[in-house]
Amino acid sequence: MSHSSIDRTGPSRGTFTSYGIGFVLSILLTAIAFWITMNGTASRAVILTTIFAAAIAQILVHLHYFLHLDRSSAASWNVLALIFTFLIMVLFVGGTLWIMHSLDYRMM
Amino acid sequence: MTTKTMITDATTAEIWEEHDIAGNQSLGFWLYLMSDLVLFGAIFATYAVLGHNYAGGPTGRELFNLPMVFAETLLLLVSSATFGLVMIYMHQGKRDWVLGWMAVTFLLGLGFVVMEVHEFHTLISEGNGPDRSAFLSAFFTLVGTHGAHVASGLIWMAVMFVQVIGKGFTLPVQSRLMRLSMFWHFLDIVWVAVFTIVYLMSFV
Repeated sequence: MSHSSIDRTGPSRGTFTSYGIGFVLSILLTAIAFWITMNGTASRAVILTTIFAAAIAQILVHLHYFLHLDRSSAASWNVLALIFTFLIMVLFVGGTLWIMHSLDYRMM
Repeated sequence: MTTKTMITDATTAEIWEEHDIAGNQSLGFWLYLMSDLVLFGAIFATYAVLGHNYAGGPTGRELFNLPMVFAETLLLLVSSATFGLVMIYMHQGKRDWVLGWMAVTFLLGLGFVVMEVHEFHTLISEGNGPDRSAFLSAFFTLVGTHGAHVASGLIWMAVMFVQVIGKGFTLPVQSRLMRLSMFWHFLDIVWVAVFTIVYLMSFV
Protein backbone atom coordinates (compact mmCIF):
# COMPACT_ATOMS: atom_id res chain seq x y z
CA MET A 1 0.00 0.00 0.00
CA SER A 2 1.54 3.28 -1.05
CA HIS A 3 1.62 6.12 1.37
CA SER A 4 0.67 9.47 -0.11
CA SER A 5 1.99 12.36 1.86
CA ILE A 6 1.05 16.02 2.00
CA ASP A 7 3.55 18.62 0.85
CA ARG A 8 6.40 19.00 3.25
CA THR A 9 5.83 22.64 4.08
CA GLY A 10 6.03 24.51 7.37
CA PRO A 11 6.35 22.33 10.47
CA SER A 12 6.25 19.15 8.41
CA ARG A 13 9.65 19.87 6.87
CA GLY A 14 11.42 18.79 10.06
CA THR A 15 14.16 16.21 10.21
CA PHE A 16 15.74 14.40 13.17
CA THR A 17 18.67 16.83 12.88
CA SER A 18 16.56 20.01 12.85
CA TYR A 19 14.45 18.94 15.82
CA GLY A 20 17.58 17.71 17.65
CA ILE A 21 19.46 21.01 17.19
CA GLY A 22 16.37 23.03 18.14
CA PHE A 23 15.77 20.90 21.24
CA VAL A 24 19.38 21.09 22.53
CA LEU A 25 19.57 24.87 21.92
CA SER A 26 16.21 25.40 23.69
CA ILE A 27 17.31 23.37 26.73
CA LEU A 28 20.60 25.32 26.90
CA LEU A 29 18.90 28.74 26.62
CA THR A 30 16.28 27.77 29.23
CA ALA A 31 18.96 26.46 31.60
CA ILE A 32 21.04 29.66 31.23
CA ALA A 33 18.01 31.88 31.98
CA PHE A 34 16.95 29.88 35.06
CA TRP A 35 20.51 29.41 36.33
CA ILE A 36 21.48 33.10 36.24
CA THR A 37 18.20 34.06 37.97
CA MET A 38 18.34 31.38 40.70
CA ASN A 39 22.05 31.99 41.29
CA GLY A 40 21.27 35.68 41.78
CA THR A 41 24.87 36.85 42.20
CA ALA A 42 24.97 38.86 38.95
CA SER A 43 23.77 42.47 38.91
CA ARG A 44 20.12 43.22 38.09
CA ALA A 45 21.00 44.70 34.70
CA VAL A 46 23.07 41.66 33.73
CA ILE A 47 20.34 39.21 34.77
CA LEU A 48 17.61 41.17 32.93
CA THR A 49 19.69 41.44 29.76
CA THR A 50 20.59 37.74 29.88
CA ILE A 51 17.07 36.39 30.41
CA PHE A 52 15.59 38.64 27.69
CA ALA A 53 18.40 37.78 25.25
CA ALA A 54 17.89 34.06 26.04
CA ALA A 55 14.10 34.37 25.55
CA ILE A 56 14.41 36.17 22.20
CA ALA A 57 17.06 33.67 21.05
CA GLN A 58 14.86 30.77 22.12
CA ILE A 59 11.81 32.16 20.29
CA LEU A 60 13.92 32.45 17.12
CA VAL A 61 15.21 28.88 17.65
CA HIS A 62 11.62 27.60 17.95
CA LEU A 63 10.48 29.51 14.84
CA HIS A 64 13.43 28.24 12.81
CA TYR A 65 13.94 24.64 13.96
CA PHE A 66 10.40 23.67 15.07
CA LEU A 67 8.11 25.75 12.85
CA HIS A 68 10.67 25.96 9.98
CA LEU A 69 10.06 29.59 9.15
CA ASP A 70 12.63 30.87 6.72
CA ARG A 71 12.78 32.93 3.55
CA SER A 72 11.67 30.12 1.24
CA SER A 73 8.68 31.07 -0.92
CA ALA A 74 6.36 28.58 0.81
CA ALA A 75 6.94 30.26 4.16
CA SER A 76 6.91 33.86 2.92
CA TRP A 77 3.21 34.52 3.66
CA ASN A 78 3.67 33.09 7.14
CA VAL A 79 6.69 35.33 7.74
CA LEU A 80 4.80 38.37 6.42
CA ALA A 81 1.87 37.65 8.76
CA LEU A 82 4.27 37.18 11.67
CA ILE A 83 6.04 40.49 11.01
CA PHE A 84 2.69 42.29 10.77
CA THR A 85 1.60 40.68 14.06
CA PHE A 86 4.82 41.84 15.72
CA LEU A 87 4.08 45.39 14.49
CA ILE A 88 0.58 45.19 16.02
CA MET A 89 2.00 43.80 19.28
CA VAL A 90 4.67 46.50 19.55
CA LEU A 91 1.96 49.17 19.11
CA PHE A 92 -0.34 47.32 21.50
CA VAL A 93 2.05 46.45 24.33
CA GLY A 94 4.38 49.43 23.93
CA GLY A 95 1.46 51.87 23.62
CA THR A 96 -0.29 50.44 26.68
CA LEU A 97 2.85 50.67 28.82
CA TRP A 98 3.59 54.21 27.61
CA ILE A 99 0.08 55.49 28.35
CA MET A 100 -0.25 53.75 31.72
CA HIS A 101 3.18 54.82 32.98
CA SER A 102 2.56 58.38 31.85
CA LEU A 103 -0.80 58.32 33.65
CA ASP A 104 0.81 56.88 36.77
CA TYR A 105 3.52 59.56 36.69
CA ARG A 106 1.05 62.43 36.25
CA MET A 107 -1.21 61.27 39.06
CA MET A 108 1.56 61.02 41.64
CA MET B 1 -25.33 10.52 -10.74
CA THR B 2 -23.88 13.76 -9.45
CA THR B 3 -20.25 14.74 -9.79
CA LYS B 4 -19.90 14.48 -6.04
CA THR B 5 -20.35 10.72 -5.96
CA MET B 6 -17.95 10.27 -8.86
CA ILE B 7 -15.00 11.55 -6.87
CA THR B 8 -13.03 8.52 -5.81
CA ASP B 9 -10.22 8.39 -3.28
CA ALA B 10 -7.62 8.72 -6.02
CA THR B 11 -9.16 11.91 -7.41
CA THR B 12 -9.54 13.29 -3.91
CA ALA B 13 -5.77 13.05 -3.57
CA GLU B 14 -5.36 14.78 -6.94
CA ILE B 15 -7.70 17.58 -5.94
CA TRP B 16 -5.80 18.05 -2.69
CA GLU B 17 -2.53 18.24 -4.56
CA GLU B 18 -3.76 20.49 -7.35
CA HIS B 19 -5.27 23.07 -5.05
CA ASP B 20 -2.66 22.67 -2.31
CA ILE B 21 -5.48 22.36 0.20
CA ALA B 22 -3.15 21.34 3.03
CA GLY B 23 -0.99 24.39 2.30
CA ASN B 24 -4.00 26.74 2.36
CA GLN B 25 -5.27 25.16 5.57
CA SER B 26 -1.92 25.58 7.28
CA LEU B 27 -1.68 29.23 6.15
CA GLY B 28 -5.21 29.86 7.46
CA PHE B 29 -4.31 28.19 10.74
CA TRP B 30 -1.14 30.26 10.93
CA LEU B 31 -3.27 33.43 10.60
CA TYR B 32 -5.41 32.16 13.50
CA LEU B 33 -2.23 31.62 15.55
CA MET B 34 -1.18 35.19 14.79
CA SER B 35 -4.53 36.53 16.04
CA ASP B 36 -4.06 34.35 19.13
CA LEU B 37 -0.65 36.00 19.55
CA VAL B 38 -2.38 39.40 19.56
CA LEU B 39 -4.69 38.07 22.32
CA PHE B 40 -1.65 37.01 24.35
CA GLY B 41 -0.03 40.37 23.61
CA ALA B 42 -3.02 42.13 25.17
CA ILE B 43 -2.85 39.91 28.27
CA PHE B 44 0.92 40.43 28.56
CA ALA B 45 0.35 44.21 28.36
CA THR B 46 -2.23 43.91 31.16
CA TYR B 47 0.23 41.91 33.24
CA ALA B 48 3.02 44.42 32.59
CA VAL B 49 0.77 47.25 33.82
CA LEU B 50 -0.73 45.47 36.85
CA GLY B 51 2.14 43.12 37.77
CA HIS B 52 3.44 45.31 40.61
CA ASN B 53 0.10 46.21 42.21
CA TYR B 54 0.28 43.77 45.14
CA ALA B 55 -2.41 45.51 47.29
CA GLY B 56 -0.38 44.61 50.39
CA GLY B 57 -0.47 40.96 49.37
CA PRO B 58 2.35 38.58 48.48
CA THR B 59 4.76 39.27 45.61
CA GLY B 60 5.77 36.80 42.94
CA ARG B 61 9.06 36.19 44.73
CA GLU B 62 7.17 34.90 47.79
CA LEU B 63 4.75 32.74 45.77
CA PHE B 64 6.65 31.20 42.87
CA ASN B 65 8.80 28.09 43.02
CA LEU B 66 11.42 28.33 40.25
CA PRO B 67 12.51 24.65 40.25
CA MET B 68 8.85 23.69 39.68
CA VAL B 69 8.57 26.22 36.83
CA PHE B 70 11.80 24.84 35.34
CA ALA B 71 10.28 21.33 35.46
CA GLU B 72 7.09 22.60 33.74
CA THR B 73 9.24 24.26 31.07
CA LEU B 74 11.15 21.01 30.45
CA LEU B 75 7.87 19.06 30.12
CA LEU B 76 6.63 21.46 27.44
CA LEU B 77 9.99 21.61 25.67
CA VAL B 78 10.41 17.82 25.51
CA SER B 79 6.79 17.49 24.32
CA SER B 80 7.54 19.92 21.47
CA ALA B 81 10.46 17.73 20.41
CA THR B 82 8.43 14.51 20.66
CA PHE B 83 5.69 16.07 18.51
CA GLY B 84 8.46 16.77 15.99
CA LEU B 85 9.06 12.99 15.95
CA VAL B 86 5.32 12.47 15.35
CA MET B 87 5.57 14.64 12.21
CA ILE B 88 8.67 12.80 10.96
CA TYR B 89 7.08 9.34 11.42
CA MET B 90 3.82 10.59 9.88
CA HIS B 91 5.71 11.37 6.65
CA GLN B 92 7.21 7.88 6.74
CA GLY B 93 3.72 6.44 7.22
CA LYS B 94 4.69 4.58 10.41
CA ARG B 95 1.41 4.46 12.29
CA ASP B 96 2.61 2.75 15.48
CA TRP B 97 5.52 5.17 15.91
CA VAL B 98 3.17 8.13 15.38
CA LEU B 99 0.73 6.79 17.97
CA GLY B 100 3.56 5.99 20.41
CA TRP B 101 5.24 9.40 20.25
CA MET B 102 1.86 11.14 20.29
CA ALA B 103 1.09 9.23 23.51
CA VAL B 104 4.40 10.45 25.00
CA THR B 105 3.60 14.03 23.89
CA PHE B 106 0.13 13.75 25.41
CA LEU B 107 1.48 12.52 28.77
CA LEU B 108 4.11 15.30 28.88
CA GLY B 109 1.44 17.92 28.09
CA LEU B 110 -0.86 16.37 30.69
CA GLY B 111 1.99 16.54 33.23
CA PHE B 112 2.35 20.26 32.48
CA VAL B 113 -1.37 20.91 32.97
CA VAL B 114 -1.43 18.86 36.21
CA MET B 115 1.55 20.84 37.60
CA GLU B 116 -0.16 24.12 36.69
CA VAL B 117 -3.50 23.09 38.23
CA HIS B 118 -1.59 22.05 41.36
CA GLU B 119 0.15 25.47 41.48
CA PHE B 120 -3.20 27.28 41.06
CA HIS B 121 -4.85 25.08 43.69
CA THR B 122 -2.05 25.74 46.21
CA LEU B 123 -2.21 29.52 45.59
CA ILE B 124 -6.01 29.69 45.91
CA SER B 125 -6.18 27.46 49.02
CA GLU B 126 -3.62 29.74 50.71
CA GLY B 127 -5.87 32.76 50.04
CA ASN B 128 -3.79 34.02 47.12
CA GLY B 129 -6.43 33.55 44.41
CA PRO B 130 -7.13 35.98 41.56
CA ASP B 131 -9.25 38.12 43.93
CA ARG B 132 -6.26 38.87 46.22
CA SER B 133 -4.57 41.63 44.19
CA ALA B 134 -4.36 43.13 40.69
CA PHE B 135 -1.04 41.30 40.30
CA LEU B 136 -2.67 37.94 41.03
CA SER B 137 -5.68 38.72 38.77
CA ALA B 138 -3.29 39.43 35.90
CA PHE B 139 -1.18 36.35 36.77
CA PHE B 140 -4.14 33.95 36.78
CA THR B 141 -5.51 35.45 33.55
CA LEU B 142 -2.21 35.15 31.67
CA VAL B 143 -1.01 31.76 32.93
CA GLY B 144 -4.58 30.38 32.94
CA THR B 145 -5.16 31.40 29.31
CA HIS B 146 -1.98 29.63 28.27
CA GLY B 147 -2.95 26.56 30.34
CA ALA B 148 -6.41 26.50 28.73
CA HIS B 149 -4.72 26.48 25.31
CA VAL B 150 -2.53 23.52 26.33
CA ALA B 151 -5.61 21.68 27.63
CA SER B 152 -7.39 22.33 24.28
CA GLY B 153 -4.33 20.96 22.51
CA LEU B 154 -4.61 17.78 24.60
CA ILE B 155 -8.27 17.34 23.60
CA TRP B 156 -7.31 17.88 19.95
CA MET B 157 -4.53 15.30 20.34
CA ALA B 158 -6.99 12.77 21.81
CA VAL B 159 -9.26 13.31 18.79
CA MET B 160 -6.30 12.76 16.45
CA PHE B 161 -5.54 9.44 18.20
CA VAL B 162 -9.02 8.24 17.26
CA GLN B 163 -8.70 9.58 13.70
CA VAL B 164 -5.26 8.04 13.04
CA ILE B 165 -6.50 4.66 14.33
CA GLY B 166 -9.87 4.87 12.56
CA LYS B 167 -9.05 6.62 9.26
CA GLY B 168 -5.30 6.06 8.91
CA PHE B 169 -3.08 8.68 7.30
CA THR B 170 -5.57 10.18 4.86
CA LEU B 171 -4.60 13.60 3.52
CA PRO B 172 -7.09 15.45 5.78
CA VAL B 173 -5.75 13.56 8.84
CA GLN B 174 -2.17 14.45 7.91
CA SER B 175 -3.15 18.07 7.40
CA ARG B 176 -4.81 18.14 10.85
CA LEU B 177 -1.75 16.60 12.49
CA MET B 178 0.41 19.26 10.86
CA ARG B 179 -1.80 22.04 12.18
CA LEU B 180 -1.79 20.47 15.65
CA SER B 181 2.01 20.49 15.53
CA MET B 182 1.95 24.21 14.64
CA PHE B 183 -0.42 24.83 17.59
CA TRP B 184 1.79 22.83 19.96
CA HIS B 185 5.05 24.59 18.96
CA PHE B 186 3.24 27.94 19.15
CA LEU B 187 2.20 27.26 22.76
CA ASP B 188 5.82 26.48 23.60
CA ILE B 189 6.86 29.88 22.20
CA VAL B 190 4.21 31.66 24.29
CA TRP B 191 5.44 29.75 27.36
CA VAL B 192 9.00 31.08 26.79
CA ALA B 193 7.58 34.60 27.14
CA VAL B 194 5.49 33.54 30.18
CA PHE B 195 8.34 32.00 32.18
CA THR B 196 10.64 34.93 31.35
CA ILE B 197 8.25 37.81 32.04
CA VAL B 198 6.11 36.31 34.81
CA TYR B 199 8.33 33.89 36.74
CA LEU B 200 11.96 34.90 36.17
CA MET B 201 11.27 38.66 36.30
CA SER B 202 9.70 38.23 39.76
CA PHE B 203 13.09 37.19 41.09
CA VAL B 204 15.14 39.95 39.47
